[in-house]
Amino acid sequence: MQNNTSDLPKKNLLSAQVDLSKFNADDFRLATDDEKKQQDVMGESTTFFKDGMRRLMKNPLAVGSLIILFLIIAGIVIIPKVCPYTYSQIVTVNGTRDKRANNLAPFEYSKLETQYMQKSGEKLFPHILGTDSLGRDYFIRVVYGTRVSLSVGVVAAIMVLIIGLIYGSVAGYFGGTVDLVMMRIVDIIYSLPDMLIIILLSVVLNERITPYIEGTALAKLGANMISMFLVFGLLYWVSMARLIRGQILSIKNNEYVLAARCIGTSNVKILLRHIIPNCLSVIIITTALQVPSAIFTESYLSFLGLGVSAPLTSLGSLANSAREGLQSYPHRLIVPAVLICLIVLALNLLGDGLRDAFDSKLN
Amino acid sequence: MAKYIIKRVILAILSILIVSAITFFVMELIPGGPFNKEKATSAQAQAVLEERYNLDKPVQVQYVLYMRNILHGDWGVSLKTGRDIWNNITSKFAVSARLGGTAAILAIIVGLILGSLAALTRNKWPDRLIVFFTTLATAMPSFVLATLLLLVFCLQLRLIPVWSPKNPNYILPIIALSLYPMAYVTRLAKTSMLDALGQDYIRTAKAKGVSTIKVIFLHALRNALIPVITYVGPMVAYILTGSMVVENIFTIGGLGTEFVTSITNRDYPTIMAVTLFLAILMVIANLLTDIAYKLVDPRITFN
Repeated sequence: MQNNTSDLPKKNLLSAQVDLSKFNADDFRLATDDEKKQQDVMGESTTFFKDGMRRLMKNPLAVGSLIILFLIIAGIVIIPKVCPYTYSQIVTVNGTRDKRANNLAPFEYSKLETQYMQKSGEKLFPHILGTDSLGRDYFIRVVYGTRVSLSVGVVAAIMVLIIGLIYGSVAGYFGGTVDLVMMRIVDIIYSLPDMLIIILLSVVLNERITPYIEGTALAKLGANMISMFLVFGLLYWVSMARLIRGQILSIKNNEYVLAARCIGTSNVKILLRHIIPNCLSVIIITTALQVPSAIFTESYLSFLGLGVSAPLTSLGSLANSAREGLQSYPHRLIVPAVLICLIVLALNLLGDGLRDAFDSKLN
Repeated sequence: MAKYIIKRVILAILSILIVSAITFFVMELIPGGPFNKEKATSAQAQAVLEERYNLDKPVQVQYVLYMRNILHGDWGVSLKTGRDIWNNITSKFAVSARLGGTAAILAIIVGLILGSLAALTRNKWPDRLIVFFTTLATAMPSFVLATLLLLVFCLQLRLIPVWSPKNPNYILPIIALSLYPMAYVTRLAKTSMLDALGQDYIRTAKAKGVSTIKVIFLHALRNALIPVITYVGPMVAYILTGSMVVENIFTIGGLGTEFVTSITNRDYPTIMAVTLFLAILMVIANLLTDIAYKLVDPRITFN
């Protein structure tokens, strides 16, 4: 291409031909290696999960909640290993039970402990939140209470996830009469007042289960906890099942499902390989938001005295027992109450963040 | 419409029946009978008593008899006090209804105002402030809020006297009960208000020169109300269950306290009766909510 643009015929006004007079020879030189490199795609290929996590990490509220949750989880794992006290044991000094170590203020030592420290010169681990009315270290009880509350939330969410996922996918995938019958059952369970039934079942199952679990590993968990899980498993999965069914109904009409069916893939494989991975975002978000709601329910039941059995404790039952000495020891209420709020708040914000991060693909 | 209402009523009756069946058969599971005492009754006396209270009949017959008694207003007697449960429930419920009703109305009105305000001042400081408080309020269980309020205002600051029948002060319990639903209504109202404000008819109204106040109240708010209506049913359920702990904390002698006491006392007939009573209330609230929702907006179909 030479620089003789003036030789070219004048461009017709209506012609779609490229007007060469606007270019010069430089525009048509081959790109150098350096320039070619600029065109290379720098980002690595991303997966669904990575992409969502990247977006989640950009959300300051979600990251903040993740940090708080991480700190709490680290605390409940590490502290019981460091702290010499246990949640069920009355403060013991040098092998003898210190009966007067009850109702200590934060960082206060009992008489016996002070004497022991003066005599041996050894420094005892401080009672960071004092002791309760029975002389048990309150700080470690709060730590164990957080443990119990969080694990109830997580276990309940997983149970709800499993039951809801199986029920919802079967109803959605097979459709027709199966769907109709299964969804009517869901409708009925959905219209039942769940909290009342939970209370009722907790009251009764408690009486009923106790003789059966005595002496087994479940006994430590207590009949109340088992009945709580039973009720979660019986009632709480319905909204999850509904959501998943709705997702599957819309996904199963996609061409790739039809293609998979054409080459003779089994139903189970289609569900597991093609359909469920595509409603993963809904599953992640709903499960994440199920945890705080289960913690809410557990603390509520514990507050009514239907929660974990003593000496095990949860944040709700700690708050409940703190009501007795409310005026004299307000910190015993405030600490578990603030922890419940903090955990639920962090989980809620994390759930919202997950929704923003993972659901944007659907929108 | 009529078909929908009939369908909905049938579902409501069905769920009441199921709740009653669950309550009844679950109560049957409890070991021991009402006449099991430390001092054994003679076999003859036991038989007479069982016949008198139909306890010798099969369980399903007992259930039918129980339901017939319920429908006749005979809800049994309390194991602890020996008083008639139905009279007890109705008198206690009057207190709870006043408390819960005020809390519900407050939650809806304040929630609507805050939600509309947040929508109108989107991304400005009033909106951010409201969002902050609603997020906080939804993370706080009612019992935590109630105990903290009691601690701060009654015990520490002594601004409000502790509740007593002679000197009833409903402010704190109402706040404790209504904060969570209020936050929820605020969120709902904000989203639907934002949605309504973006609609064509709002633009048309503005273009015609309708004043901003009229646009907001006559055009936007009316449509923003619809999603709030759907929340009324769940809100009633929340307030009824929430009032159990809140009443208990403030020592208000309502149905909630009655329920908690009956749980602690293992007073089974009362537990059963109160559960059934509250369940019926909740189911009716849900039924009315659904019907109202459909009446307000005829575009809605439930398919």
